[in-house]
Amino acid sequence: MNEINEKMKEELSDDMKILEDVTSSEYKWGFVTEIDSETAPKGLNEDVIRLISSKKNEPEWMTEWRLKAFRYWLKMEEPKWPNVTYPKIDFQDISYYSAPKQKPKLNSLDEVDPELLKTFEKLGIPLEEQKILSGVAVDAVFDSVSVATTFKETLKEKGIIFCSISEAIQEYPDLVKKYLGSVVPYTDNFYAALNSAVFSDGSFVYIPKGVRCPMELSTYFRINSQETGQFERTLIVADDNSYVSYLEGCTAPIRDNNQLHAAVVELVALENAEIKYSTVQNWYPGDKEGKGGIYNFVTKRGACKGKNSKISWTQVETGSAITWKYPSCILQGDNSVGEFYSVAVTNNFQQADTGTKMIHIGKNTRSTIISKGISAGRSNNSYRGLVRIGKNAIGARNFTQCDSMLMGDKCGAHTFPYIEVENDTAKVEHEATTSKVGEDQIFYLNQRGISTEDAVNMIVNGFCKEVFNELPMEFAVEAQKLLAISLEGSVG
Amino acid sequence: MLVIKNLKANVEGKEILKGINLEINAGEIHAIMGPNGSGKSTLANVLTGNENYEVTEGEVLFEGKNLLEMDPETRAREGMFLAFQYPIEIPGVSNATFLKTALNEIRKYKGQEEVTPKEFLSLIKEKANLLGMDEAMISRYVNVGFSGGEKKRNEILQMLMLEPKFVLLDETDSGLDIDALKIVANGVNIYKNPDTAFLVVTHYQRLLNYIVPDFVHVLYKGRIIKSGTKELALELEEKGYDWLIKEEEMENV
Ligand SMILES: Nc1ncnc2c1ncn2[C@@H]1O[C@H](COP(=O)(O)OP(=O)(O)OP(=O)(O)O)[C@@H](O)[C@H]1O
Ligand SMILES: [Mg+2]
Repeated sequence: MNEINEKMKEELSDDMKILEDVTSSEYKWGFVTEIDSETAPKGLNEDVIRLISSKKNEPEWMTEWRLKAFRYWLKMEEPKWPNVTYPKIDFQDISYYSAPKQKPKLNSLDEVDPELLKTFEKLGIPLEEQKILSGVAVDAVFDSVSVATTFKETLKEKGIIFCSISEAIQEYPDLVKKYLGSVVPYTDNFYAALNSAVFSDGSFVYIPKGVRCPMELSTYFRINSQETGQFERTLIVADDNSYVSYLEGCTAPIRDNNQLHAAVVELVALENAEIKYSTVQNWYPGDKEGKGGIYNFVTKRGACKGKNSKISWTQVETGSAITWKYPSCILQGDNSVGEFYSVAVTNNFQQADTGTKMIHIGKNTRSTIISKGISAGRSNNSYRGLVRIGKNAIGARNFTQCDSMLMGDKCGAHTFPYIEVENDTAKVEHEATTSKVGEDQIFYLNQRGISTEDAVNMIVNGFCKEVFNELPMEFAVEAQKLLAISLEGSVG
Repeated sequence: MLVIKNLKANVEGKEILKGINLEINAGEIHAIMGPNGSGKSTLANVLTGNENYEVTEGEVLFEGKNLLEMDPETRAREGMFLAFQYPIEIPGVSNATFLKTALNEIRKYKGQEEVTPKEFLSLIKEKANLLGMDEAMISRYVNVGFSGGEKKRNEILQMLMLEPKFVLLDETDSGLDIDALKIVANGVNIYKNPDTAFLVVTHYQRLLNYIVPDFVHVLYKGRIIKSGTKELALELEEKGYDWLIKEEEMENV
């Protein structure tokens, strides 16, 4: 039977070969790029924060803001409520700043460190190709400092700002001052406070009034330096009548020590504005025994501030040892719309506690939550969702659908829906299902010439269809590959 | 094409097939009839490699190759096709995606070029029309929300697309109205050629008016107790199985 399988493999098409390549390696993107980095000593105190701030030439107000956040953080405690377990993190054993040593200003890709370009190639996203082929503007964040930003010119013509947050602090201080922390204040939670104190870099996007961003904006995050915590900060503001679609994707190299990642993403949608934020997250989940892997504690929140505004989060989460993440929408403007489409896959010893919060404040606000959890191996996958309908949210509506799929009998799927309704004109619907990948389904596909591995991928992809439909095309393809990778060997 | 020798198989430890012998040549149509629970579907599942069915004895040669050594997908790629008694639903996967993947797997196995999306689309439309199926079925999820009859038609559509050498029809006629029955039988008759063979499981002689068998076998308690020509089906229709069973029991005494 194995011989037959081997023979089949030879005959697979290019497409499948790529998939094979990716699936047969333990973790394809587990390599370390040799670039000198400048790293702050381990530990966290006011001096380290001042160091970070001065390294980045920040104005006084920014330094102060960081320090305030830090002082607040000192008084806080790590949250204990998520359905995940991990050894205690020693926050003094982490280095909070690391920058690749290289020239700060780059006019074209030719000036980018060739090592770095190679890294992008290994990731399968050569920047040049991206630029030419897909028309995606890429703001590449490499270990905390932005090194290459493309398509800026095209965007500039429309008045769109797409740059690193560090650059925005220098160049657009008024916008940053106005919106930074306006959706996720540093008092929000333990990790948000920590991030506010030490954030290294991230992206800033501003879409002016009446502008429809002509291309998908995309950032590839990547953790490179050993034992460097990553604290990305992203701020996206869509002014009245504007539209933007933003893609976030990430990979990380193999490490023995767990790496902490605590990002904050803030979205602001003003009147009639729409923001579509898509994530494909594929950080190192740890090996088959559960060793290593990224801790991913993220705060993502969008505020639909204006009337008729809309924010949709779409996420495909296959990576990280531990994921703690609840992209949320505050539906403040009347008739505003919040959406959350999520696929979370856990395998081996991964733990994910993810979901969303939909806070209905304005009248006739609507939200949709579609969550697909897939658990395999000995992993644990929890959906945690809050739908809150405020007193004034007359006619608010929510629809939640939460589906779990189990592969094998050692994994777990849990659902924690919280519903708080203070307005009796509201309509809240919740549906939940749990299923197994059926042997009869696999056999049916086998009987049509499809291998078990491909059959499982097909069934799982079908299960996730409603979410994948929300992803931009190229991301949907990526997402399907990631599913195949992370579920490899989990059936049969 | 297919030679079954003394095939015995268990389901959950219980022996269901108790020594089947059957030889089917290219170009032939064989019908299998028999009371409920006699092992007809079990035979179909064993031949196609369903892991829930354990072969305990016997041999099956498919075009000279040892069939029982192959995994289910290899059997399919070698040209064995089962139209399921109860077709399975695959939510979120369109008929088109499913069939295109299957067709390309089979083509790759045969060393043929993959179909282009354009070729595929015109091919599937042609076959769907032949079966009087709405083209919308092509983009619907595999069997999800299909009526009983639509599911059966969808099985025949898959047969026409995948062009197998050996086709097992497991009660494809059940759940079909008279018109649909004719359409499905017509699909089979159009497909039938000197290089293909059919094993048709049915309870009703009616189907055999449209798909005319060369041989009819009666399966009872895991054994073929009688074989004959199409007239046997008529006889069964008239007299039921009792007389055969009695005959069989007499012989055993
Ligand atoms: N997966 C299974 N688990 C347990 N028992 C099974 C299974 N499949 C078949 N059997 C048993 O094997 C016997 C033969 O079943 P099979 O489905 O082959 O009969 P059949 O001849 O196709 O009947 P029908 O005409 O009703 O379709 C029955 O007693 C059935 O209960
Ligand atoms: Mg049956």
